[in-house]
Amino acid sequence: MAMLDRGARSLLLAEIVSGLALTLRYFFRPKVTLNYPFEKGPLSPRFRGEHVLRRYPNGEERCIACKLCEAVCPAQAITIEAEPRADGSRRTTRYDIDMTKCIYCGLCQEACPVDAIVEGPNFEFAAETREELMYNREKLLANGDRWETEIAANLSADAPYR
Amino acid sequence: MAEFWTNFAWPTVTITAQILVIVVPLLVAVAFLTLAERKVIAAIQMRKGPNVVGPFGLLQPFADGLKLLVKETIVPSGANAAVFVAAPMLTFALSLIAWAVIPFDAGLVLADINVGILYLFAISSLGVYGIIMAGWASNSKYAFLGALRSAAQMVSYEVSMGFVIITVLLCVGSLNLSDIVRAQETVWFAIPLFPMFIIFFVSTLAETNRSPFDLAEGESEIVAGYFVEYSSMAFALFFLGEYANMILMSAMTSILFLGGWLPPIAVAPFTWIPGPIWFVAKISLCLFVFLWVRATVPRYRYDQLMRLGWKVFLPFSLLWVVLTAGVLVATGWAPR
Repeated sequence: MAMLDRGARSLLLAEIVSGLALTLRYFFRPKVTLNYPFEKGPLSPRFRGEHVLRRYPNGEERCIACKLCEAVCPAQAITIEAEPRADGSRRTTRYDIDMTKCIYCGLCQEACPVDAIVEGPNFEFAAETREELMYNREKLLANGDRWETEIAANLSADAPYR
Repeated sequence: MAEFWTNFAWPTVTITAQILVIVVPLLVAVAFLTLAERKVIAAIQMRKGPNVVGPFGLLQPFADGLKLLVKETIVPSGANAAVFVAAPMLTFALSLIAWAVIPFDAGLVLADINVGILYLFAISSLGVYGIIMAGWASNSKYAFLGALRSAAQMVSYEVSMGFVIITVLLCVGSLNLSDIVRAQETVWFAIPLFPMFIIFFVSTLAETNRSPFDLAEGESEIVAGYFVEYSSMAFALFFLGEYANMILMSAMTSILFLGGWLPPIAVAPFTWIPGPIWFVAKISLCLFVFLWVRATVPRYRYDQLMRLGWKVFLPFSLLWVVLTAGVLVATGWAPR
């Protein structure tokens, strides 16, 4: 009897027909596609995207050239050179990130004692040449000015969990 | 001189015009079939598919075509250049010339020959040459494996397809495609010959190397099969040929089993719609099933493919030929 049952099922293509019925039902389901460049998905406040160098509200840059981020960076993507400024404070003269080496692990922002280097919410920084991805101090500070509002909001939203 | 015009020049012009009237819409249909495939598969996977280039992505096939057109055709240094270049042309040409005998309406056919179905069968069998030539001339292991698989597969499935066609011919008594359609005025052959209809449709899937029988391409095992080494327009010709073959096989299914240009029932609201529209609607339905199957069924293993062709379809269709012939003779329905 079991053999007859199995034979009938395979002769009437029961499994293929039920499979086709399933896919036909899915054909009419509402689509889940996000129209990406026009609509975007939500991002966590912890999202680790493009790096920025932040400033204090008075315009002074936060980075004190302690080089903790350079030391902790597992991909060795960060290069820092520093010397005392005219007013005697210690500041960077060079802060480069090789974005082609960076693995976006977020250890640099964890290591930073003054919340200067932060990975912001921007992930749309694709470039046409490799050179454009070698970020220097000016580029990172400009990013900081551009994304400060979002980054400050994200940091305060995440603060209770740290 | 007058004879030259009436016997040679004027027929050349009219036949060329007729060919263009068939080929141009066919190529447009092929272009939109590639889009339809992406859209249907996307819908089944709950995606939207291409929708950015033009309204509903309707210009996507032209963008793709333009991209292929401006790319460079690379002929590998180890390849046999002449055969390598000839293969896609052959595939493409074969997929087009078969359309000469397809009747779009009563009397609306380019070449109304009395061996139409044999011609179609012969042309679709020749299609394997393009694939074998491409696979051999590429001088690449993947291409060669793909071509061998495809050759064995097409030969296996043509046998059962032949028997399916014989059952239809027994019921019609003519090899002319228009006669085959006219014989279905009372009932479409898909109803009395339903198992043959299914076998024929599955065999067309195998014959056009479509999923779930796309072992000749087999992306996951042999990269792209026989056209790994092809690029640019040479690749596009294979692509166009494959899709034109899909449309051809759908047309063949419509003519043999779904009553060609005939409406489902010959009553008022259905008979108002002209024949070619019914024909195109039936082809579209078959093509949708092609795409639907692709989005549903995973690829067969090679031994399963051979088992299905030789140990299931062949005996089954042979049995059905005997059965049909017996019934036709016993009841006296056999055509004169």
